[in-house]
Amino acid sequence: MPKVTFIAHDGRRFDVQATAGDSLMRAAVDHDVPGIDADCGGVCGCATCHVFVDPAWAGRLAAPSAQEDEMLNFTAERREHSRLACQIPVTEALDGLSVTMPEGQH
Amino acid sequence: MTTATEPMSPVQAAARERAFSLPLQQIDPSEPGLFADDTVGHYFERLRRDAPVHRSHSPMFGDYWSVTRYQDIVSVDTNHAVYSSDWSRGGIVISDRPMNERLQMFIAMDPPKHDVQRLAVSPIVAPANLAHMEGLIRERTRRVLDGLPRGETFDWVESVSIELTTLMLATLFDFPLEDRRLLTFWSDCATANPDVDQTRVSSWEERTAALGEMFAYFTRLWNERVNAPPRTDLVSMLAHGPATRTMTPLEYMGNLVLLIVGGNDTTRNSMTGGLLALSRHPQEWAKLRANPALVDSLVPEIIRWQTPLAHMRRTATRDTELGGQMIREGEKVVMWYLSGNRDERAIAEPERFIVDRPRARQHLSFGFGIHRCVGNRLAELQLKILWQEILARFPVIEVVGEPARLKSSFVRGYTHLPVRIPG
Repeated sequence: MPKVTFIAHDGRRFDVQATAGDSLMRAAVDHDVPGIDADCGGVCGCATCHVFVDPAWAGRLAAPSAQEDEMLNFTAERREHSRLACQIPVTEALDGLSVTMPEGQH
Repeated sequence: MTTATEPMSPVQAAARERAFSLPLQQIDPSEPGLFADDTVGHYFERLRRDAPVHRSHSPMFGDYWSVTRYQDIVSVDTNHAVYSSDWSRGGIVISDRPMNERLQMFIAMDPPKHDVQRLAVSPIVAPANLAHMEGLIRERTRRVLDGLPRGETFDWVESVSIELTTLMLATLFDFPLEDRRLLTFWSDCATANPDVDQTRVSSWEERTAALGEMFAYFTRLWNERVNAPPRTDLVSMLAHGPATRTMTPLEYMGNLVLLIVGGNDTTRNSMTGGLLALSRHPQEWAKLRANPALVDSLVPEIIRWQTPLAHMRRTATRDTELGGQMIREGEKVVMWYLSGNRDERAIAEPERFIVDRPRARQHLSFGFGIHRCVGNRLAELQLKILWQEILARFPVIEVVGEPARLKSSFVRGYTHLPVRIPG
């Protein structure tokens, strides 16, 4: 079970044992990590699971789809390594992944 | 809408009988009268079961597709390439107006123009800005609630829902507070359909005249602000934003209407609908009183239960298939959010109002995809503060009569709700 870390806007860290095959969003929601709202339930329709991927990990993820890219455009503070957690499948290769959350999901 | 906890009235029982016995092709859920007496839910239930993508016909709005299941609505809403919102194709509501009356607002545009105009105004309702507004909203909410009469019947719509949402709008626009009820009036005019209901405006000409007055007023504000340093109100943001300062007058007008209606009717009717829902589910109100922290799930549950905009419309840009039906280019597709929010395939016990509903945020009221409500977090903040302050003050607010509902298949709301606060 790969370990992933969510870092809240205020610096609190949440280490989660994720299940390979689930999305990164699901890993957060199933472990009650605050700051991931996931209003659409994982269909890339709301951008309320916005995270900033640790730059060291960003290159190891598949590039965002056109739809994800479009939804990221409407987040409050898009950055270079912004992603929607529902669009990142967790794999064993992501053991140690770390992402930071924005001030709020919008 | 009926609920599992209340016996069905004769009106509801008759509507249910009719909804489940009519031939499918005669079902027209856009009929505004079904919203005025709140019987449309039975028709939606029938369509979800028997014809989830249904070829409907309205004597007023013509032919259209009714999409009534949650998942199908999500599919349409997140596919703007096939299902266009553009005003030139028909826009976002079921009625087709002549070209010169169509509002050119970013909700009724496709990318790329939609994107740049939306991004020009979205910072005002972003998380960082909302944190700044919270104190002001709370102070005003307290003042309005503390000023309510005790021991006598008054109209919750007028005294609370309209007053609070109009104060908020005036702040967002930095609009003169003493004229703020003009915003309410213009918003009501903008969504009025005088062919259906003449209580707001009596004719299309009267509507056009009222919106003309609005445009003149806001042109004055634009001219003041475009010549002043940029500020954080919406008019100044539009007048100075690189993507919006060159808007045509029609686009300025369209976007004003969008922001006024978006910030007005929707939250107003959720403020009323929430009180109505809790008064009809006293055990849920008791749960909330015992644990005020449940406000966090109460707020999305109110927004789901009310669904203040019953539908959004799209127009197919090409032939496409949805739920086994062939939709042709140019045909009108109506996503009935109100129906999707009652779809038992997606939401457990959807007819019940549950203040601690698990995953309460998963509802359709804000839409999904690129047109998702830009002010959703502000709306939630306003409702959260309202209920926190109500719980801190009033052990009970009695609903002492039936609500009067709007005769509209677009704005699902109330014109009147008589209430009484004991004391």
